[in-house]
Amino acid sequence: MSDFIYSWVGIAIAVVTIVSILACAWFLKANTVRRLPQGADPGTTGHLWDGDLAEWNNPLPRWWMYLFYITIVFGLLYLALYPGLAVYGGALGWSSAGQHATESKRWDSRYAAMFDVYLKQEIPVVARDPAAREMGQRLFVTYCAQCHASDAGGSRGFPNLRDNDWIWGGEPAQVHESIAKGRQAVMPPMVEAIGAENVKAVANHVRSLSGLPHDAGLAAQGKVKFEQVCVACHGMDAKGNPALGAPNLADRVWLYGSSEEAIVEAITRGRNGVMPAQLEFLGAGKVHLLAAYVWGLSREPRK
Amino acid sequence: MQAAAGNPEETYNYRVVRQFAIMTVVWGVVGMLVGVIIAAQLAWPELLPSVPWLSYGRLRPLHTNAVIFAFGGCALFATSYYIVQRTCHARLISDRLAGFTFWGWQAVIVLAAVTLPLGMTQGKEYAELEWPIDLLIAVVWVSYAIVFFGTIMKRRIPHIYVANWFFGAFILTVAILHIVNSAASPASLTKSYSAYAGVQDAMIQWWYGHNAVGFFLTAGFLGMMYYFIPKQAERPVYSYRLSVVHFWALIFTYMWAGPHHLHYTALPDWAQSLGMVFSLILLAPSWGGMINGIMTLSGAWHKLRTDPILKFLVTSLSFYGMSTFEGPMMSIKTVNALSHYTDWTIGHVHSGALGWVGMITIGSMYYLIPRLFGRTEMYSVRAITLHFWVATIGIVLYITAMWIAGVMQGLMWRAVNADGTLTYTFVESVKASWPYYVVRLVGGVLYLGGMLIMCWNVWKTVVGSRPVDAPIPAPAMAHA
Repeated sequence: MSDFIYSWVGIAIAVVTIVSILACAWFLKANTVRRLPQGADPGTTGHLWDGDLAEWNNPLPRWWMYLFYITIVFGLLYLALYPGLAVYGGALGWSSAGQHATESKRWDSRYAAMFDVYLKQEIPVVARDPAAREMGQRLFVTYCAQCHASDAGGSRGFPNLRDNDWIWGGEPAQVHESIAKGRQAVMPPMVEAIGAENVKAVANHVRSLSGLPHDAGLAAQGKVKFEQVCVACHGMDAKGNPALGAPNLADRVWLYGSSEEAIVEAITRGRNGVMPAQLEFLGAGKVHLLAAYVWGLSREPRK
Repeated sequence: MQAAAGNPEETYNYRVVRQFAIMTVVWGVVGMLVGVIIAAQLAWPELLPSVPWLSYGRLRPLHTNAVIFAFGGCALFATSYYIVQRTCHARLISDRLAGFTFWGWQAVIVLAAVTLPLGMTQGKEYAELEWPIDLLIAVVWVSYAIVFFGTIMKRRIPHIYVANWFFGAFILTVAILHIVNSAASPASLTKSYSAYAGVQDAMIQWWYGHNAVGFFLTAGFLGMMYYFIPKQAERPVYSYRLSVVHFWALIFTYMWAGPHHLHYTALPDWAQSLGMVFSLILLAPSWGGMINGIMTLSGAWHKLRTDPILKFLVTSLSFYGMSTFEGPMMSIKTVNALSHYTDWTIGHVHSGALGWVGMITIGSMYYLIPRLFGRTEMYSVRAITLHFWVATIGIVLYITAMWIAGVMQGLMWRAVNADGTLTYTFVESVKASWPYYVVRLVGGVLYLGGMLIMCWNVWKTVVGSRPVDAPIPAPAMAHA
């Protein structure tokens, strides 16, 4: 047991616990008196307060005493079987971590076969299987919907997964890697690199790339800086680079919004969105099904 | 007994009792109104304008603090000051210090009502208030202890009445709980950090939290019960021996039960199990109070039919017995695995809060208030009956809705499909809970409606009446 710096503390707690429970029983026993005959007058204790407040001298109700004793006996038995005495783990050897491990193992072995079938199939094959898609959707609404929304439509800062626009690449292997290993966006703050006076200009140039209303003069000024600095990641054509997670700036998909204000914020403070790695948490089978489901979302026939 | 006894000039200090009694009703309405508002927000989240200080997260601690510490606290001050004087046959030891506890406590309440909506919080449930307010609470509470125990010490009767044991235990323990759990290092006037970290912080918080229930909301109100039930029923307390056994067993056992709030968490397994074992042992000591109260009515059951005050007092004990049975059951790990984090907990708390704490307080106030203003009964006894039925229906709607919603949520969260995936998403359980949130709101509105009836009745009773300070009678000698 590593709960205590000094091991005697645990022993002391165990002793105090047992003595306390036994003391409850002793206290109850010490206050047990003969039952009154039916209809007998218990009399009062003789104390009187505030004119008329008095107390009958009734014994403890029997059924109540038995209830008390039963809980005491149950408590002692429980402490013999389960951990509760600080330094004694209980005869059954139960622990919450052990219970979790046992249950996980049982459930994993029960369902492993269902997932293993799909693990052997390529992601596009799995994505065409209606049963697999249903399982994938159920996993998605449990594990992914908190950020990406139940319909995978995303929200600000969390990508839409059904529009066939991929920041980190839309090939099956890339989607799988995004889920299994997570992603860390690395857009740094760029004010120093481009100069504070050019931030607004670059933002206007970025807006011009996708044909949004912009200040033409500022955009021309920004274009120069963009082509000196930003192209390193976003490319000469501004269509991004999935290897770096640099988004396409020439389309109409915006993770953090397309307003000049939002773009200025991105340039000033950078963007560091995080997708957490799921492989260790969910296991290979679920990640595979999720990858197939997500990959398949943007390949569903449009209605 | 002593030569000083029976001085006819001496009177009880009813002034501070009156102040606290009136504020009990006022804060009751305020606290329950905030409760109704947040219940409505849960059903219609965008009900109120989208400003931070009207958001659920800030109004919820305002509700809990207002009903527990403003409504419940004022009721405890009022009744304990009344009872300790009447059962000691002595005036409060210091009128000035008692007056300070009144104004100090009102200052705490007002400060809470300002700071909580502004988002100033220590983030500890039922101990949200920031450190300067915590210090004020500590000062007021120590003054309260001095007034209460000082009055006990100058009593003119050898035995201390059972109600005072419970008030005494409540006052002492709450002082310790408050000071230990609120220990923090201030970073500024409005921000501080707990003196404890991680799981130790959680354990101390729930040692505090559960004993706030055990001592503030149970022991203190049992003190009320032990005075007003025998008084209103005009019968002796059922069993002195039961009082002794359940008092000591209750205050001893409650201390251990806190860890059941932390089942299946980072708290070591042994501490969780220990909390569960003592929570189960707590069942009989809790029921001792219910039995002693209800059996006090033997020979006076007929009074229940006609006396609405007795209806309130006895029904409160039924709810007390029900929630103190439910509590130990919910502390069992297997049950807790289903009930924890669901609305079942909310239902459990409110069967205790509305049923036990609320009704015993309301009944006691209906007994107390006319006597503080020189009358024998409230302006309208029929309004008390109406209040009783409106409140009872409100409670039943509230707790049934939360039971159903809670068990349903617990079952939905654990339901799995044939492939091992979860059957329901979290938001589906929220959607399914919606009708029950509306029923809960209706229950809350009824309960608040009852309080408004009480407000009117108190107003009618007080206006035109003259506040009185009753003379202290010589202690009666029951035996040689």
